[in-house]
Amino acid sequence: MTPDGAAAAAFDAVELRDISRHYGRRRALARVTLTCRAGQILGLLGPNGAGKSTLIGIMSTLVRPSLGEVRYGSRPASQWGDALRAHIGVLGHDLFLYGDLTARENLEFFGGLYGLPDLTQRVDAALEAARLVERANDRVSVFSRGLRQRLALERALLHRPRLVLLDEPFTGLDDESAVLLAARLKTLKTAGSVVVVATHDFEAVDGLLDAVACLREGRLRAIDSAGGTVRERYRQAMRESWS
Amino acid sequence: MRNARWLVPTCLGISLLMFLCAPFLIDAAPQEVTMGVVQKIFYFHVPSAITAMLSAIVCGVASAFFLARRQPLADHVALAAAELVVLFGAIVLVTGPLWARKAWGVWWVWEARLVITLIMWMLFVAYLMLRRFGGPGSDVLSSAVGLFGAVLVPFVYWSVNMWRTMHPTTSVVPTLKAPMMIPFLWALSAFLMLYVPLLMVRVRLEQGRAALDQAYLALED
Amino acid sequence: MTGVLRAAWQIARKDLVIEARSRELASMTLFFAVACILVFAFAFVDDMGRPLPGAAAGILWVAIAFSGTLALGRTFERERQSETLRALLLAPVERPAVYLGKLSALLVLMLAVELVVVALVGLLFDAPLGAAPWMLSGLLLSGTIGFAAVGVLFAAMLVRTRTRDVLLPVLLYPVTVPVVIAGVKGTQAIFAPDPNLDLAAMWLAMLISFDAAFITLSLWTFGPVMSE
Repeated sequence: MTPDGAAAAAFDAVELRDISRHYGRRRALARVTLTCRAGQILGLLGPNGAGKSTLIGIMSTLVRPSLGEVRYGSRPASQWGDALRAHIGVLGHDLFLYGDLTARENLEFFGGLYGLPDLTQRVDAALEAARLVERANDRVSVFSRGLRQRLALERALLHRPRLVLLDEPFTGLDDESAVLLAARLKTLKTAGSVVVVATHDFEAVDGLLDAVACLREGRLRAIDSAGGTVRERYRQAMRESWS
Repeated sequence: MRNARWLVPTCLGISLLMFLCAPFLIDAAPQEVTMGVVQKIFYFHVPSAITAMLSAIVCGVASAFFLARRQPLADHVALAAAELVVLFGAIVLVTGPLWARKAWGVWWVWEARLVITLIMWMLFVAYLMLRRFGGPGSDVLSSAVGLFGAVLVPFVYWSVNMWRTMHPTTSVVPTLKAPMMIPFLWALSAFLMLYVPLLMVRVRLEQGRAALDQAYLALED
Repeated sequence: MTGVLRAAWQIARKDLVIEARSRELASMTLFFAVACILVFAFAFVDDMGRPLPGAAAGILWVAIAFSGTLALGRTFERERQSETLRALLLAPVERPAVYLGKLSALLVLMLAVELVVVALVGLLFDAPLGAAPWMLSGLLLSGTIGFAAVGVLFAAMLVRTRTRDVLLPVLLYPVTVPVVIAGVKGTQAIFAPDPNLDLAAMWLAMLISFDAAFITLSLWTFGPVMSE
């Protein structure tokens, strides 16, 4: 699935400069500096409470950083305006689906909101990619977690965003779905999207990540692009940060 | 805010002096024809109301600034101003019934200005409750509330003009003759002189609290 | 501009489709409004079982305000369930579109409930609904708009607050009481044995100015307030 022509000209990298976010006395993120490039899958690893979701929130423009800025391409978020969100797709761990609407209706609604041309074809293609064609007219509230996740992913990708943010996408997935998801992410990467996956499930992302950023207590401990299993790289990064 | 060092004690001092002199001026003012000596509570009641409404506008403007620019100082001013609306509003809501009891025979009447003033006061109490119980991010949320509070002020002011009520209308104040106007302006100035340092001190307190938060954050680094 | 309206329409339509399917909100709001009316009616009748004069108008608007608050809470609770409000905010539409969409859907719901409620009040209190139907409709419409305009803003901004159930009424009632009072006064002027349409018109004008102020303010603050 290639990004739209217009989107292809959107941005090649997302750069976080000195991002900090605090809530009163609680620091959620401290001076995170990171660059995510097109055609790469970046893993945001860390335990619960490390700040992964907050960072995803900031990258999606929903959360304002207390300090620092995010640059999409060469321009900071403030200069982009509302149009920036057309290039961003988010799969939150709350899935963003209306339980009372059918799978098809969910896709049609969000597609319409994003102002997509050839909406029907895209919705059909998305239903196929999610393997939900037979259940397209069932309400989402009756779907299992795995089915919902597949649909939610397609919803997030419907507008072919340049930046794809996934917050704990492997939670609750069975092995087959996890494999499918990984394959999907690889396709996105080949197509030139910037993909960021926040997770604490090392096994699921093994072999998938091109770069790894380790977050702990809001701090970026290490960024590495070296080889080895993800678990090994994470352990290594944590060890180094203590020395 | 280096000027604050001398500004706050000066204003407080002047205000205190003015309040000490005020009773004498008020006593010297002529008695109003229909209500007699009771009317003299007007010299504290109306300036409190004016100060409360002014503070509501300050809160609204500061809230607007905070929403647009997210400057911490704007947020501190909004919070301080909201607290002062509650304070001066309380004075209005206490002096009013005291006056009403003597002038109209009842503590409270369900008429326009009283109700809207009470509502405005309650709104700023709600503002403070949101701050207290709203958790993180309540500074942004309360800015929206502060804006609505400020928007209510013109309705408070115009309410007595719009329909015939027992309440004296706003045309009373501009038409005061000198013997009554002077103590009125004196009392008004005293209240405003009190308002400014209270606001500044409260803002400073908030800045201190914010600095403490920053220190806690820096400690973790 | 058309983009905003188009997106608002899509959001409103989505809400109405969901509501048409489950009818949860409509039935609950209606039931609660009727319960309100019954409770207050019992409180405001004299020994002979006749309602106090002027009570009908007050009871009507109180029922609208209480059931409206319930509907507000519920409609945003729905959006909270799968964090779909975030998804709406993630769309590349201007923030006011989300506000207008939710507002329109809520208005349709509230006005539908009011049709039934007004008829019920007319029945139970022998209120002269036909005395000035256009004026009455105008009062109900502008009053509901004023209430909902502030309500949607506050309910949306409290969505991520832990104490939202308590704080929504605490914040909403002081701001909307002027609207409710104007509505009551105007309706009373119409329901009086000797209807005073000029007075009702004055209250209608006041309601319209509230609406203008509240909607403008809400449109302006919705965007900034919804970004954390």
